[in-house]
Amino acid sequence: MSVRVDPPMAMLAELTHRCPLACPYCSNPTDLLARDAELSTESWADVFRQAADLGVLQLHLSGGEPASRRDLEELVIAARDAGLYTNLITSGIGLTEKRLRALDDAGLDHVQLSLQGVTAEMADRIGGYTGGFDRKMHVAEIIADIGFPLTLNAVMHRENLDDLPQTIDMARRLGARRIEVACVQFQGWALVNRAALQPSRAQVDQAKATVARAIETLKGRLVIDFVPPDYYSDFPKACMNGWGSTGLNVTPDGTVLPCHAAETIPHLQFDKVPEHALAEIWYTSAAFNAYRGTDWMPALCQSCTRRDVDFGGCRCQAMAVLGDAAAPDPVCRKSPGRAALDALLTQEVQQVTAPDFVYRR
Amino acid sequence: MTSDDVPFLPRGVRTQFDAVRKADVILGPERVLVLDQVGKAVIGRLDGVASVAEIAVDLAQVYDAPLDVIAPDVTAFIEDLRDRGMVHVRPR
Repeated sequence: MSVRVDPPMAMLAELTHRCPLACPYCSNPTDLLARDAELSTESWADVFRQAADLGVLQLHLSGGEPASRRDLEELVIAARDAGLYTNLITSGIGLTEKRLRALDDAGLDHVQLSLQGVTAEMADRIGGYTGGFDRKMHVAEIIADIGFPLTLNAVMHRENLDDLPQTIDMARRLGARRIEVACVQFQGWALVNRAALQPSRAQVDQAKATVARAIETLKGRLVIDFVPPDYYSDFPKACMNGWGSTGLNVTPDGTVLPCHAAETIPHLQFDKVPEHALAEIWYTSAAFNAYRGTDWMPALCQSCTRRDVDFGGCRCQAMAVLGDAAAPDPVCRKSPGRAALDALLTQEVQQVTAPDFVYRR
Repeated sequence: MTSDDVPFLPRGVRTQFDAVRKADVILGPERVLVLDQVGKAVIGRLDGVASVAEIAVDLAQVYDAPLDVIAPDVTAFIEDLRDRGMVHVRPR
């Protein structure tokens, strides 16, 4: 059976792995790329044009910290010239009023500001950067003053999940239109720190109730998107809405991935731009076709009523927990791999004192 | 939201023609919607002046359809977009 491949809707451009923060849940790989490996301004501009021609509508400029790129303003101009809806995913550190006004002039559509905690004590400890919280709050004021639409991206885990009501209040106070309550997904640095970051079931139940209430009371004033901690789910997340179906990710050196963690699957080889055309990588590369559609699925997923709902879940999670990227996502209750996930949960959550963080450096 | 409220596209939400999919789309923070004929007609009337009720009356006339059929659909469409943060409303 041949798989029908639609054009991608969204592209995440990891402009750099450099970042002043050292969050222990960073989604970047544990092998970080150095500055001299990064694509040039011209190469990124070319990738943006190729992406728009391919059908990408939304571009997320991410990192690392994208403001660590001195040419960020030029890159935003290039993205808008290509016709892309341009979203900046930032910690705020490295953005001054002058730079934010230049980004406004460049046509930046939207800002997504990360939040490590609602107090300086928590946020600076999680970010591993003293003074970071105060600078972020200052940047948030300038963002509001300019009038950028703002999403607060609150990354939640064992240490700060109990602060969820205050986190939602903060989104309101900062004038955000949208909050992403993003419970940590265990890839990259977060996988290294899983035992320190995994919330308890009681925390998760409380958080779900808080989110459900807030969605009702803040309807029409604040959009709330909730990414649950999936180890506590019965069915897997529809990761990337299916491998190679809607989105792609470009790393600082131009490696094109179906998702940010795909390089953890050792038998896959990923092509780079600009050596290869983005369209060629999307439609014909072996890596993008490896888990497309349903042919790759084990019988359990093939015959499942949720086959076209969650697409077998997350390939990188199957790899991380079971060592087999083609296995059903171990989150799934029907999966034989669920026992391994439950064992990890029991073992890690029962630790009364969480282990120290391994900071991303 | 009431029928007198005036809906508008806030900063950060815009429409454009998608040449690859040959369709009009509306783009916002983490949201993309491909617009059908009706969606396009409603969105095209969000000028920050017309109320929800006035937009429904206009569409009923243009498409020669009964207002009591059109109005609930228009209201539901705008309210759905408002809940997704794609449309804002202000009282008249």
